[in-house]
Amino acid sequence: MNVAVTKTTTGATLDGTFAAARGRLPGTGPVTETRQRAFDAFVVGGLPNRRIEEWKYTDLRRLLGDVAPLAAAPDQAALAEARKAVAALKDGDTQKLVLVDGVFAADLSDLAAGSGVTVHTLGAVLADEANAVRADLLLSRVNDPMLSLNAAFATDGVVIGVADGAELTRPLQIVHVATKAGAASFTRSLVRIGNKAKATLVETFVATAAAENYQVHDTTVLWVGDDSDLQHVRVTEDAIVAANIASAIVTVGARSKFNTFSLTTGGSVSRYQSFITLAGEGSELSTNSIHLLRGQQHGDCTFVIDHATPGCLSRENFRAVLDDRAHSVFQGKINVHQVAQQTDGKMMSRALLLSDEAEIDNKPELEIFADDVQCGHGATVGALDDSLLFYLRARGLPEKEAQSLLIQAFVGEALESIVNDDLRDVAIGAAERWLAVRG
Amino acid sequence: MTALLEVKNLQVRVEDREILHGLTMTVNAGEVHAIMGPNGSGKSTLSHVIAGKPGYDVTGGEILFKGENLLEMEPDERAAKGVFLAFQYPVEIPGVATMTFLRTALNAQRKARGEDEFSTPDFLKKVREVAASLNIPQDMLKRGVNVGFSGGEKKRNEVLQMALFQPSLCILDEMDSGLDIDALRIASEGVNALRSSDRAMVVITHYQRLLNYIVPDHVHVMSKGRVVKTGGKELALELEESGYTQYEDNAAA
Repeated sequence: MNVAVTKTTTGATLDGTFAAARGRLPGTGPVTETRQRAFDAFVVGGLPNRRIEEWKYTDLRRLLGDVAPLAAAPDQAALAEARKAVAALKDGDTQKLVLVDGVFAADLSDLAAGSGVTVHTLGAVLADEANAVRADLLLSRVNDPMLSLNAAFATDGVVIGVADGAELTRPLQIVHVATKAGAASFTRSLVRIGNKAKATLVETFVATAAAENYQVHDTTVLWVGDDSDLQHVRVTEDAIVAANIASAIVTVGARSKFNTFSLTTGGSVSRYQSFITLAGEGSELSTNSIHLLRGQQHGDCTFVIDHATPGCLSRENFRAVLDDRAHSVFQGKINVHQVAQQTDGKMMSRALLLSDEAEIDNKPELEIFADDVQCGHGATVGALDDSLLFYLRARGLPEKEAQSLLIQAFVGEALESIVNDDLRDVAIGAAERWLAVRG
Repeated sequence: MTALLEVKNLQVRVEDREILHGLTMTVNAGEVHAIMGPNGSGKSTLSHVIAGKPGYDVTGGEILFKGENLLEMEPDERAAKGVFLAFQYPVEIPGVATMTFLRTALNAQRKARGEDEFSTPDFLKKVREVAASLNIPQDMLKRGVNVGFSGGEKKRNEVLQMALFQPSLCILDEMDSGLDIDALRIASEGVNALRSSDRAMVVITHYQRLLNYIVPDHVHVMSKGRVVKTGGKELALELEESGYTQYEDNAAA
């Protein structure tokens, strides 16, 4: 098939945006060249639409229309508002690293290098001309238009190293605060966990009262060494009219554990796509993801898991609770490479529809090239059980309270997967806030 | 004195079929009534309509509870007013710990009545006491509501709730179904401990056996959607001898 490549409208308008932003994007020389290549790769197709198989159920051209202009760096007023938003977080004792409208806010952050931890900002690393590999921080092994867009515009983020043998007691927390209306932030953070190390990483997305109709474009790159343990908790409570398009690229070494949790309650359009490679033998991956959506929210949870070595285990658990006309998408792809014998991979999606107009799309994909493999997937869709509701009401619970209790039970198992007590309470709190709005 | 429960000429349809054709009965505080009758006579329908289960269409008659129109109340309002239905088949609710469920339900009822919520230590103490008296192990309270419980454990859990909520009207819908003799004895002892002058019980059963344990003051025989005979506890023994056939014929006549 011979297809003439023409720039989409989106691409054409974005040319100007990129040109305007270029002066503010950190890095020179190879960094600038890498950004340009990423931008060119994005512009060929523009925002992904339903004809791109990976984006079939989340047509960003229809849902977003366009990429918003780069948010201006936060001024003192924005930082003051962001400070309040950060102070309102109840995450217990964490090392907070705060990005406001995509820019690292040193005054709001705790940069103290604890034992075994180093923290730099992405902006500083990209601008460091003595660093020969700085441009590589913008590269990724995944070919995806939104990853290309992020690489082109990445303004700031954090680069964290956890040393071999370090066992962090305080969770590391990256807090994204949006304060502006109609603007986009592009962030990229990289975290390397050494061998025989233990750490907890939290990613939190919040907005101040003035923020609406903004776009978050985020990428997180994680490396987990051998014999290590990374607990990852992601909670997004974006404004109700906002987009959050985020990717994770994760590589897990041998005999390690990666336990990742995500909860989405905010945002009119959101997608969290996680590309995880189990690259060392005998590792365990556990993912628990929850969508609590209402109104006309659209949420997408996509996992691509590569079993690239023998004897790894992966468990994916997805739960969606959808009210009104909310739309949720779960895509789970498991690639079992030819060498990856004794792979044990399972994924399960369960949706609870609270309204006749709510919708869930499930797309499981298994590609298996090894022959000694256990791999499975399952999906259920249902409404609240009338007999359970009546039992609770006959015991004195008003209708909404009875529904809330059953909804909490439905997502309870996924919430319980969070090991850290404080962080589990944070996620439960976010879920309870969503339920409270139901009345 | 106002009767605790007055059912007057109650007519109930489910979809296009009339199940109750004008049922009347009065229950006073302090009394234990047994309702007996064959399958399909409308016993469980009566208990569901009193508790407010959706799906039943009341086409005539009324139900007064302490003089108030029960049919206008939501199921949770009825519970807060003191109506308790012990289910024939208690449901399993995975993910809701029994203790959480008990506390949420009790406090919802207290809130609806304008009473203070129970403090957690008082509540725990109370639950442990009652659970011990019913031979309910503590670890059962930590599990999901009725999840993995045996038939006997589920029924004991119903009695536990009855003892905690202290309702003024207890309706026991076929409490004996699926229970062996020992389980039946324990559950019945729990029920008997709750008999009091300000509380009434309506015991629905097929079999006279249960009434050896929970001895009724009045026995009603239901057939084809009506009460066809009312008597004392000796009526239950008579039924055991003669069966329900004679009443089915009477009702048909």
